[in-house]
Amino acid sequence: MKKFLVFIKKEFAHVLRDRKTLLILFGMPVVQILIFGFALTNEVKNSRIVIMDQANDAASKEIITKIGASRYFDIVRTVMSHQQMEDAFKRGDIRMAVIFPAGFNNDLLHQNAAQIQVIADASDPNNATTLTSYVGSIIQDYQAQLSKTSKIPYRIQPEIRMLYNPQLKGAPNFVPGVMALVLMLVCVMMTAVSIVKEKETGTMEILLVSPFRPILVIISKAVPYLLLSLINVASILLLSVFVLDLPVNGNILLLFAESTLFIITCLTVGIFISVKTNSQQVAMLISLMGMLLPTILFSGFMFPIENMPVPLQWFSNIIPAKWYYIIVKDIMIKGLGFNAIWKETLILSGITVALLIISLKSFKIRLS
Amino acid sequence: MEAAVIVKDLTKVYGETTAVDVVSFSVNQGEIFGLIGPDGAGKTSIFRVLTTLLLPDGGSATVDGFDVVKDYSQIRSRVGYMPGKFSLYQDLSVEENLNFFATLFNTTIKENYHLIKDIYVQLESFKTRRAGKLSGGMKQKLALCCALIHKPTVLFLDEPTTGVDPVSRKEFWEMLKQLKAQNITIVVSTPYMDEANLCDRIALIQGGKLLSVNTPGNIIKAYPDQLYAIKADNMHALLKILNGYDEVLASYAFGEFAHASFKNKAVDLEGVKSYLTKKDLTGLELKKTGATIEDSFIKLLKD
Repeated sequence: MKKFLVFIKKEFAHVLRDRKTLLILFGMPVVQILIFGFALTNEVKNSRIVIMDQANDAASKEIITKIGASRYFDIVRTVMSHQQMEDAFKRGDIRMAVIFPAGFNNDLLHQNAAQIQVIADASDPNNATTLTSYVGSIIQDYQAQLSKTSKIPYRIQPEIRMLYNPQLKGAPNFVPGVMALVLMLVCVMMTAVSIVKEKETGTMEILLVSPFRPILVIISKAVPYLLLSLINVASILLLSVFVLDLPVNGNILLLFAESTLFIITCLTVGIFISVKTNSQQVAMLISLMGMLLPTILFSGFMFPIENMPVPLQWFSNIIPAKWYYIIVKDIMIKGLGFNAIWKETLILSGITVALLIISLKSFKIRLS
Repeated sequence: MEAAVIVKDLTKVYGETTAVDVVSFSVNQGEIFGLIGPDGAGKTSIFRVLTTLLLPDGGSATVDGFDVVKDYSQIRSRVGYMPGKFSLYQDLSVEENLNFFATLFNTTIKENYHLIKDIYVQLESFKTRRAGKLSGGMKQKLALCCALIHKPTVLFLDEPTTGVDPVSRKEFWEMLKQLKAQNITIVVSTPYMDEANLCDRIALIQGGKLLSVNTPGNIIKAYPDQLYAIKADNMHALLKILNGYDEVLASYAFGEFAHASFKNKAVDLEGVKSYLTKKDLTGLELKKTGATIEDSFIKLLKD
């Protein structure tokens, strides 16, 4: 037991004394969350639009105020000629123009119908669709408000409800993904490299000529990374709650327990790689190409698995990150309990145990 | 008393090359045994088989009576091993390294402090310094401490003095002598012939084959020819001329001299001198000299 503690202390020293490792360990999750949260979001925020109000009456003003209050839009200028508008589109200064014709309120009140022209820059079709639908819903909202006081009896209003993500926020989708990605990266790469490093620097040679047991080395390598990764999970969750406004809907203890399981899975993947390789570079390459890429491609985080060809769908089943991604989404966003995710948990445990056994069996007790 | 290490017909093959070629020797308990040979002679391979790091391809070996293949775990807990490359944790301090290895072998620094005391006092002032920041000589001392901390019965030192300054080398051998006094068997390898004399017995090795196993004194005594040390202003020309001289049995550069032996045991020195003078050599110096381990090694290589 004392041996084990000394081993773990030594591993902690390796990690904590290497500034570069520390930076990767703790800097990466924060940077990734912030990048995914703010830079790489597919939400449309603060899009600059122009509003031309030729009506300048009560109705148009109210709609403009509503648009202006939305944080998706950034109203640039309210008076512009058609020529100016076109130039602004061409320069990319604005994304959308909303034009109220003269007598807008009049038409609305007397003919029960009025027109608004919405022009969007569709060079980015996704962006344009999103923007126009935002405006559309604002206008509809206004209509609904009007119809409360009007005498027109029946009005069919489509009710759109976005499950789990009513505002179509990007965060619910990427926080579980980033968690899977960061843990995969940190745990797999760090453990893989740390064991191979012992082989490369020759310390493994001395360790072998001692009464140590392979399992002792493996576990003591894993423990520091397990603890440090849990700190990472906590920091990602804190960032997502306080910076990205994404609350944890389910049981936070369950989330941590499942994260611990996934971290252990990743650590065994790392140990497996390190047992099979002999240089830090190779270990690093395999963890990056062999683990990171499949994690991004097959976890369902970037690309929906249902859209993939069937063989690839099968393949995605052996990617631990896929199961963890499902688990985190279920707990964090849908707020589900353990009975919803026991199957995924079982699969992850299975992968872990299998990898651990293979790694222990193939741990070389001799050189070469 | 049983020998500490017994090597019998040991063979180790890497693909096409035979690194160790049917080697047999034994090391007595409590002696300093040297494996002397140039780089690539197979020293490290023998060490790795003896420390159970490699499986032999042929033959057998025992350490402390334990078979290197079957009883590897017993051997691993009794021997001390210091690889040729500095292999401690560079990011741990001197004290942390020592403490780690002590615990690894289920012991404490305190328990075996007497063994390493003489060496460790020199390191004591650098206790908190990271191992990676030590000088070459200091690193060797620390590595020796770490290999000794569990009171090994046999100590394997693979080229411990390579890359270490002459003063530290001398100190290092002093330490080995003290360890020998503690009844620890030491198997050491070195490419430096001058260190051979410091061993109790040596094995000369080249190309995976043992050339001779004996005490350094006996190996030198067994040298059959009378050696002469010859010096001239132009050493390059001298060596060339000696090589072409048909009276010469063997000649080669040896430090600032050339060593030569002659076919005729009672060679006429004056005759040799006048022969060399005729060849336009100046500053000639010619004297009898005793053989060294290196001369024996060269002789054995030629045979």
